[in-house]
Amino acid sequence: MPTRLSSPDSRPTLTLHFEQREISARQGDSVASALLAAGIKSFRTTPVSAAPRGPYCMMGVCFDCLLVVDGVPNQQGCQVQVRDGMRIERQLGAAEITP
Amino acid sequence: MSAEGQKLGLAIIGAGPAGLSAAVEAASHGVPCRLFDEQGAPGGQIYRALESTPLRERSLLGADYWRGGELIESLRQGIEAGLIDYRPEHTLWQLNRERELGTLSRGRAALTQASQVIVASGAQERPFPVPGWTLPGVMGAGAAQVLLKSSGVALDQPLVLAGSGPLLLLVAAQYLRAGVPVAALLDTSPKDALRRAAPYLATALGAPDYLLKGIKLIRELRRHGVNIVRGVEALRAEGDGQLERVGFKRQGQWQEINAKTLLLHQGVVPNVQLSRALSCRHRWREDQLCWVPELDPWGESDAQDIFFAGDGGGIVGAEASKLQGRLSALQVAARLGAITAARRDEIARPLRRALARELRIRPFLDALYRPNEAWRRPSDETLVCRCEEIDAGQIRAAVRAGCSGPNQLKAFLRCGMGPCQGRMCGLTVAELIGETQGRPTAEVGYYRLRSPIKPITLGQLAELEIPEPRAAKTEVD
Repeated sequence: MPTRLSSPDSRPTLTLHFEQREISARQGDSVASALLAAGIKSFRTTPVSAAPRGPYCMMGVCFDCLLVVDGVPNQQGCQVQVRDGMRIERQLGAAEITP
Repeated sequence: MSAEGQKLGLAIIGAGPAGLSAAVEAASHGVPCRLFDEQGAPGGQIYRALESTPLRERSLLGADYWRGGELIESLRQGIEAGLIDYRPEHTLWQLNRERELGTLSRGRAALTQASQVIVASGAQERPFPVPGWTLPGVMGAGAAQVLLKSSGVALDQPLVLAGSGPLLLLVAAQYLRAGVPVAALLDTSPKDALRRAAPYLATALGAPDYLLKGIKLIRELRRHGVNIVRGVEALRAEGDGQLERVGFKRQGQWQEINAKTLLLHQGVVPNVQLSRALSCRHRWREDQLCWVPELDPWGESDAQDIFFAGDGGGIVGAEASKLQGRLSALQVAARLGAITAARRDEIARPLRRALARELRIRPFLDALYRPNEAWRRPSDETLVCRCEEIDAGQIRAAVRAGCSGPNQLKAFLRCGMGPCQGRMCGLTVAELIGETQGRPTAEVGYYRLRSPIKPITLGQLAELEIPEPRAAKTEVD
């Protein structure tokens, strides 16, 4: 498992809902950081070959950390800040276009 | 007309060393600016999360990180004084030659026109395509640093680092300082790296203490007993659904190490998305193996009133980026009538001397850490375009079949047409085309990029507030 090095960490704790799990995060984490810290490595599957992918760059360049955040697909997990109660799902294949 | 629609004097893109310095310098001459940044907090990549990082023990991230505190303090003063309108969590999806900035924040799009724009969108890690680099668990060394700074998170162990460059050594040292073991550091620097860099050593000695810092870092890794493997000739990442093993070739023999995390790094290159979308004139820097926009001594591009400061105009490092940001801001202040040309030149003189001093280290670093062709032109089975899953063999075959260049390659293979818009494959594609056609990369060119440079939905575009004078002719180009 990845390690949170900071104790004590004075930043408030938040809860995220990742598919069927509850994950605790810290204020100031990106969604990608919070999932990685919780041991989740695979964030999406590719539209081309359904290969699993996870964050590569963590700075908005690679687009491999795409997630569905609060129902909105194609969100860059590394660029979205966590908010309490956020619902997060893996993005499987291409995002569906809904009206 | 909405507030967003009013024309600004100066807009700055990016709140790293260059953008922050530009904003602070402009404010010091009474020039207000709006500073857009994609991140939630100022600092760019190098000073990321400086105000909020949970790793408060200063020796861990090091003095170069904490040096950013002064600049962020000046930003806060500028905000307080009402001169810097700081807009975090604003993603820029468009900048055109009319200097209209399209931003997106929490799902809301806006369009703002500025009379002067300073782009300080920095650098990204150079693509490092090796077989298996798309497996979860393989990341850039810069990514590991982002996690450390912003969340205090150390990645899964056993952890292997591979590649070359100062950042790779720094990340290894930061992990060790935090008590996280490093299983191996696989050094991909060519054997003749020191010999190639030697001619630039005398000049490098005239730069501030960069050389000493590098030597200290290497000593620190040795003291911790890190297994540093030199002369690595090839790499591969393997595993079922996620990284399990790292293979490396040395003296013609393959070996394997168990690993849950592999951090790759072979230097950084300018983020050219905006300068390319603006169709700025670019030139190939053979010493840095990357494209840079052509700039005048103030950082202005051939797109009038649009400046590039910091690593986005060629890799210079944080301290030089700050100086470039200030120089661009001085020119803007003079152009907007806040200072005279004479005053601008007077302030610029010592900045230019300091910039020249800072840049003395670059030729040495560029030569020492120049990745070999083998690392830039991967084997046929290696994925090059991560988005569309196109490997090097397909690209070489398309070129042999008559594909003329990067833009035609899009039609052949969809290469570079995925969500990253070529950020992760553009340089590799140009190298591979050049190799197959037997001509220099400089002649091959680069993808033609178009806005939006970041994803925006049709719904968000439809709700865009458009400033009145442009309402009739607005288009997304």
